[in-house]
Amino acid sequence: MKKKLTGAQIVWESLVREGVEVVFGYPGGANLPLYDALPNYPIHHVLVRHEQGAAHAADGYARASRKVGVAIATSGPGATNLVTGIATAMMDSSPTVFITGQVMSKLIGYDAFQEIDVTGITLPITKHNYLVTDVREIGAVVREAFYIARTGRPGPVLIDISKDAQQNTTEWEYDDSPIQLPGYRPDLSPSRQDIQRAVEMIQSASRPVILAGNGVIASGAMDEVLDFAEHTNTPVAMTLLGLGGFPASHPLALGMMGMHGEAWVNMAIQEADLLIAFGMRFDDRVTGNLKTYAPKARKIHFDIDPSEINKNVPADAALIGDLGETLRQVLDYIQPCDHREWLETIQQMKSEASAYNILNHAGQKHLYAAHVIDGLWRTTGGDALIVTDVGQNQMWAAQYYKLDKSPRFISSGGLGTMGFGLPAAIGAKFGSPNAEVWAIVGDGGFQMTQAELATAAQEGLKINVAIINNGYLGMVRQWQEFFYDRRYSATPMRSPDFVKIAEAHGLTGLRVTRRADIEATIQKARQIEGTVLVEFRVEKEDCVYPMVPSGADLHNMIRRPVPSMVFEEEEQNEAE
Amino acid sequence: MKYTIVVLVENKPGVLNRVASLFRRRAFNIDSLTVGRTEVPDVSRMTIVVDSDELNIERLTAYLYKLVNVIQVNNLTTTPSVNRDLALIKVQASDENRAHVMQIVDVFRARIVDVTNNSLIVEITGDEEKIEGFIEVLRPWGIIEMVRTGIVSMARGGSSLLVESFPVSNFSRVAV
Ligand SMILES: Cc1ncc(C[n+]2csc(CCOP(=O)(O)OP(=O)(O)O)c2C)c(N)n1
Ligand SMILES: [Mg+2]
Repeated sequence: MKKKLTGAQIVWESLVREGVEVVFGYPGGANLPLYDALPNYPIHHVLVRHEQGAAHAADGYARASRKVGVAIATSGPGATNLVTGIATAMMDSSPTVFITGQVMSKLIGYDAFQEIDVTGITLPITKHNYLVTDVREIGAVVREAFYIARTGRPGPVLIDISKDAQQNTTEWEYDDSPIQLPGYRPDLSPSRQDIQRAVEMIQSASRPVILAGNGVIASGAMDEVLDFAEHTNTPVAMTLLGLGGFPASHPLALGMMGMHGEAWVNMAIQEADLLIAFGMRFDDRVTGNLKTYAPKARKIHFDIDPSEINKNVPADAALIGDLGETLRQVLDYIQPCDHREWLETIQQMKSEASAYNILNHAGQKHLYAAHVIDGLWRTTGGDALIVTDVGQNQMWAAQYYKLDKSPRFISSGGLGTMGFGLPAAIGAKFGSPNAEVWAIVGDGGFQMTQAELATAAQEGLKINVAIINNGYLGMVRQWQEFFYDRRYSATPMRSPDFVKIAEAHGLTGLRVTRRADIEATIQKARQIEGTVLVEFRVEKEDCVYPMVPSGADLHNMIRRPVPSMVFEEEEQNEAE
Repeated sequence: MKYTIVVLVENKPGVLNRVASLFRRRAFNIDSLTVGRTEVPDVSRMTIVVDSDELNIERLTAYLYKLVNVIQVNNLTTTPSVNRDLALIKVQASDENRAHVMQIVDVFRARIVDVTNNSLIVEITGDEEKIEGFIEVLRPWGIIEMVRTGIVSMARGGSSLLVESFPVSNFSRVAV
């Protein structure tokens, strides 16, 4: 039955039909009609403190729940404040819908107050976007937007709605007919020949490595990947966003690859004769120098996005389609493989590397971030939902929090957006209310979006924020240490008293300065009601190891100085 | 090498911008771009000539397909096809050289579409080569102004480029 509704009502009606329960946003002149209609709908609105926070929260929600995350902003500055968050979601293929108010349609193009060309600005950072000035189009556009955001390779879709379109009324009825988009085919699948070709290559390989990326998690193909790996006895390397896509505790799990990947993982890739890429895009942070990347390996590329094939690394076989479905088809043809020798070689490299691991170093004096993350992993039984910021804290979290499930690791990979951690953790908590959420952030990144602590407090949310405070923009400092003669230009950072910051919000703040206090403090934080902020004062000039310098060959890693050296240094320090 | 790509798009506002923006963002150089209507009211057709190489044209094709409003992409570079550019050329034509210019126009089967005491506007259609040749011959007589539409291209044979079903084969083709 058709009802007479305003555009704003149609937006909310449509969102309810899409299963939206929570939206993150900020009101203003151009979206007032939307906000005016909101209280009549069963949708919880989270008032952020900055629209960037709304965008990251929607993104975090989407990644934690694998549903579409929604953020709302007004025109002009509200919309431009979303931009970093939209770009973050785009780079990491996060299914999100952004709704912005726009000035009255008759004013569009006249530089009206708070008019900005948001569809123009977001054209290259959205999967698709819409400008709607006619109330009759709203229903169809919202439906299309959700469909595009969550299907195929997911991504952000923006809908800019003029104020008059929100205010005007029309006869409306929910339309559930199939969506017709002549140029949009998210349902590609590989041909029989492609599958056959890949199967032959898999069957004839003797040193294969699986490269598991974000697509494993986006496709929900964890079980299929596990099946495939076990069936073919193939070790699994993961990208940053692939972490959790394969259980870290599994004997075939290698760990993270790339710039800060484990040495044996990168070595295995360089020695492999076959790379089987699952939903990853051979980003420069995982390949290093492309000319010397995996020189002996043929490549099979599984991806849902045809434009990723042959983009960075030429593929010898390409299987385009949903990973889970494709793998089920491939598994029909696969005979079990035995790669004992290859696995032993890798195991050998792995044992050799353990000497470099700071966790194995003697000396109880210093508090390293590695100890913090390891302590968190132990205390939470490895089952927390980790949301990171960007920088050293992010890499340490990736290296030391060993994940057996997904989604359990949420991080800004492609864009590397500082300030992502806290708001994304807030969104993730809404997306996965039963999860124990830990935001792991740096002192720098935290301060970019720390205003969202007020959001967490207002919502009465239980999340935990671990600030890895090294007094520096650590990752940049590390580059300065390695490549710029230790000229620490603009990287030392004085921070406010983080405990007091928490307290100012009516929240609990805790501080850890000694290694011995890590686990007890984490335990305490977990038990306190409401959001808790724990500041860890860690070693100031520690570095993330190993490191493949930007553009260097993947096997040319800077390693952590060997333990004996560290030990001597420590003794010296103690003597001083 | 120059590639001729025909892109069939939904006839909606902003689509030209999306396509042009893609070329800019992915650093492809457009030689010429034309847009016009087709036999189907909802579909517009772009003919884009781009200077690139085989691998990058594959990339470009895949990126174009990522645009929601792009229905179909065809590479007509090596397909037997009719390519046409149209040029309007205003050329000096005094009493002394007018006859000569008109002779050249005749030889190239161009048309004179405007005449003044000291100038002519000549219209010529043809493929790139013909038009370029024509311009070279006219140049010594003094070209006052010129405009070209850019290439439009149509494959020879009896069928329409616009296929009903989506060309999935284009994608499976990528790995050789
Ligand atoms: C918005 C933004 N600005 C700048 C950078 C560059 N950048 C990358 S890591 C980093 C340092 C981060 O410092 P901090 O948050 O203290 O984390 P740490 O590396 O010390 O753990 C910077 C400045 C970035 N990634 N994002
Ligand atoms: Mg820091």
